[in-house]
Amino acid sequence: MTGQIVMEAPPAHDAPDEAPAHRSATSHLRRLEAESIHILRETAAEFRKPVMLYSIGKDSSVLLHLAMKAFHPGKPPFPLLHVDTTWKFREMIAFRDRRAHELGLDLIVHTNDDGLRQGIDPFTHGSARYTDVMKTQALRQALDLHGFDAAIGGARRDEEKSRAKERVFSHRSAAHRWDPKNQRPELWSLYNTMLAPGESMRVFPLSNWTELDIWDYILAENIPIVPLYLAAKRPVVERDGALIMVDDERMPLRPEEEPHLRSVRFRTLGCYPLTGATTSNAATLPEIVREMMASRTSERQGRMIDRDSPASMERKKAEGYF
Amino acid sequence: MSYHEAPTIAASDAPRLDRDDRPTLRFVTCGSVDDGKSTLVGRLLYDSKTLLDDQLDALASESKIAGTTGGDLDFALLVDGLQAEREQGITIDVAYRFFATRLRRFIVADTPGHAQYTRNMATGASNAELAVVLVDARKGVITQTRRHSHILSLLGIRHVVLAVNKMDLIGFDGDRFAAITAEYLTMAGQLGISQVQCIPVVAPDGDNIVAPSVRMPWYTGPTVTAYLESVDVSGDVSQRPFRLPVQWVTRPNAEFRGFCGRIASGTIATGETIAVQPSGRQTRVARILSPDGERDHAAAGESVTLTLTDEIDVSRGDVLTAGAAPQVSDQLAAHLVWFDDEAMVAGRRYMLKCGTASTGAVITTLKHRIAIDTMAQESAATLDANQIGYAHLSLDRALVFEAYRDSRDMGSFILIDPISHRTAAAGMIDVSLRRATNIHWQRLAVDKSVRARLKQQRPCVLWFTGLSGAGKSTIADLVDRRLAELGRHAALLDGDNLRHGISRDLGFSNADRAENVRRAAEIAALFVDAGMIALVALISPYRNEREQARQRVETGEFIEIHVATPLAECERRDPKGLYRKARAGELPAFTGIDDPYERPQAPEITIDTSELSTDAACERIIGYLRDNHYL
Repeated sequence: MTGQIVMEAPPAHDAPDEAPAHRSATSHLRRLEAESIHILRETAAEFRKPVMLYSIGKDSSVLLHLAMKAFHPGKPPFPLLHVDTTWKFREMIAFRDRRAHELGLDLIVHTNDDGLRQGIDPFTHGSARYTDVMKTQALRQALDLHGFDAAIGGARRDEEKSRAKERVFSHRSAAHRWDPKNQRPELWSLYNTMLAPGESMRVFPLSNWTELDIWDYILAENIPIVPLYLAAKRPVVERDGALIMVDDERMPLRPEEEPHLRSVRFRTLGCYPLTGATTSNAATLPEIVREMMASRTSERQGRMIDRDSPASMERKKAEGYF
Repeated sequence: MSYHEAPTIAASDAPRLDRDDRPTLRFVTCGSVDDGKSTLVGRLLYDSKTLLDDQLDALASESKIAGTTGGDLDFALLVDGLQAEREQGITIDVAYRFFATRLRRFIVADTPGHAQYTRNMATGASNAELAVVLVDARKGVITQTRRHSHILSLLGIRHVVLAVNKMDLIGFDGDRFAAITAEYLTMAGQLGISQVQCIPVVAPDGDNIVAPSVRMPWYTGPTVTAYLESVDVSGDVSQRPFRLPVQWVTRPNAEFRGFCGRIASGTIATGETIAVQPSGRQTRVARILSPDGERDHAAAGESVTLTLTDEIDVSRGDVLTAGAAPQVSDQLAAHLVWFDDEAMVAGRRYMLKCGTASTGAVITTLKHRIAIDTMAQESAATLDANQIGYAHLSLDRALVFEAYRDSRDMGSFILIDPISHRTAAAGMIDVSLRRATNIHWQRLAVDKSVRARLKQQRPCVLWFTGLSGAGKSTIADLVDRRLAELGRHAALLDGDNLRHGISRDLGFSNADRAENVRRAAEIAALFVDAGMIALVALISPYRNEREQARQRVETGEFIEIHVATPLAECERRDPKGLYRKARAGELPAFTGIDDPYERPQAPEITIDTSELSTDAACERIIGYLRDNHYL
């Protein structure tokens, strides 16, 4: 199921996202911004048919903001692609559609219909199988279906150990596989973008950003984010040591589980059954940044899928996961 | 040691909250295998409190399972993120890690020590402002220390911290430390690395990493962290002339035409006069759009969009310049670090990428190779993987550039193998060999289409490739005669005949064979320009040589004919007795026997003479030319 949502474009000179910042970006952020914009422009110039992976999270929000800047007053010369597992938070989907509409961008939404027909869900099939079918395979399907030769993603090197090893322009075989032991040398800002038929590139403009840089930049640039990042009273249950929000009636509750309203927020966003919330009262962006500075755990702690097995991220990436 | 011990940076010194403009230092760690690079980086992360509780928990449990430290925290596991690295306890590829202290942020590239992964070390070093070179105190300066230092010097890194590690294993011997330091400083001086800080450390225990070592009171210099926090690495590129390599032309509507790129050096303001290179046409800057809005000026490092006062032709690969003119040439000399497992071949065509420009390039001469241990310049015909040399290159078209020592962005390039697409080498431009600005192609009033119409044919190259004795020359000769009968104009270039004349100076080394093929391709292209059909019969065993010959003419002008007679049949015929000699070991590197023949993947025509007579083969080729309107 791939739906093309093409929204009415606002006039070309209308620059969204350029509301006056209430705190200007530092030169540190400006340097990261300039590098990311350079990478985005290289991608547009060197590939036949690029696409931007839009996962609706904070990193995607920053990436989209940078893409709008890179091609201003024009529009980014590539569509957005969202791989929808059908298990995302409802607020994420609403935010996605609203942003695409506001910015006048092409948004492609793809779901793995085979997976849906087989009734793959995160509760009965386990997060590993579910992630493979509804995310990794779905992404590969969408890339093949549209013939995209470059997919831009918001991954950062500080997220995880195998990501710390990845190039900015990361080569994928015709079977979408990453070969971590045989990456192309990548010197200076010179990117080898040559591809054989069927091969593709994953491009990571946020490689050198840290989680704190992302929040600082969101704050400085006043970038819209999904409200789930801000603390609010939400219905959660405690399961396997994590706080899981009961976002809809599809979530089967165990006998001992009863949803309670608690003030929580999310550090990363994904599929609601697999995303743990943290107890927090940080309801504004400055409060989030403060809370982060004092935090003693990493953002990936709330993600269930990284913990399936040792080196699980590297294996998933080798198979084509973003 | 427990990870709950208090790290040495007090909580009150922990990074700020509000306006935070600490500068970022990007550095690289290098050195040989097992010198302790990853451990040092892990220790820096640990001591800077960058590690969070869940990461420390994971480290503690992994150290017990996979660690090489007998159950203590194995800091190397923090950076060796690939499964293969953790299994083998080595670093394969560069890892980028982030940490911050009260004064600075750091991005560290932790690079592998094995010689075979030198390309990954160079990857990590290319964007660094400083290098931490580790040596094992027991071994001192070794070949890999020299290789890495040489590459650092070529990459223009002027600041080095020499961390002499494992001091505990030599009893904290200050004299030994002084001897290693003296040896390294001598080499660094020769390499032009001007700033070296030598520090004795014990990376796993943290001696002289953040806190001064109580076990080495004789050392009174800064710790690694203190030095990294204070060293001044600024080299101000905004003082140099303005250069903006054009990345992208944006044209959202009829009124707006903007040129996007990141400023490589200098500053620019609205109203200033600029030149578009290589055309040299002049105009002025109308508007400057930056990521934070419209501005009246911009400086090096910023990604901007400029509009110009005149409608002149500018496209990706051009460079907008002001002040002193940049170099514009199609001939240059450069230092090369070779990466590809396939050795460098003079005369072979590579793709060269410099700034935002790409062009075909041929390494015309390898002037010398560096003997790493002695640093002597030795003469050599080729570069193998991880070797360093100095070469002359000839480009398909003139490039706008600067010497690498003046501008990293404008003086660096990569070479890409056009067939495998691997990044074959990194290059640092030294000088332009001539000013190509004075050389212009003569505009010819009579072009090849005029000539071709006169002859009532479409010019093309018929490239016969195949094993020795396959029948290439016999078929080509017959096709040549047949074309003459039909009143068409052709010329035959036979491999053996070329060697009696234009290639008389060439032998049979790989480089000479490549050169012979290149000459044949160039001559064939001249014939095509003259409106003729050029027949070339050459073994031409390598795919990328044939691909280069194809690129010498326009699309549709190159017809690859694979004379695919099987080896056994060729050897049975053996018309020149060559197979017999090769089998007897008298002809080394004979194609098909002990040198590979790379079969064409998609030849326009394939002919197997064990199934097809010479006449039938000839008719098939003539038929192809008719069907495709060459005749």
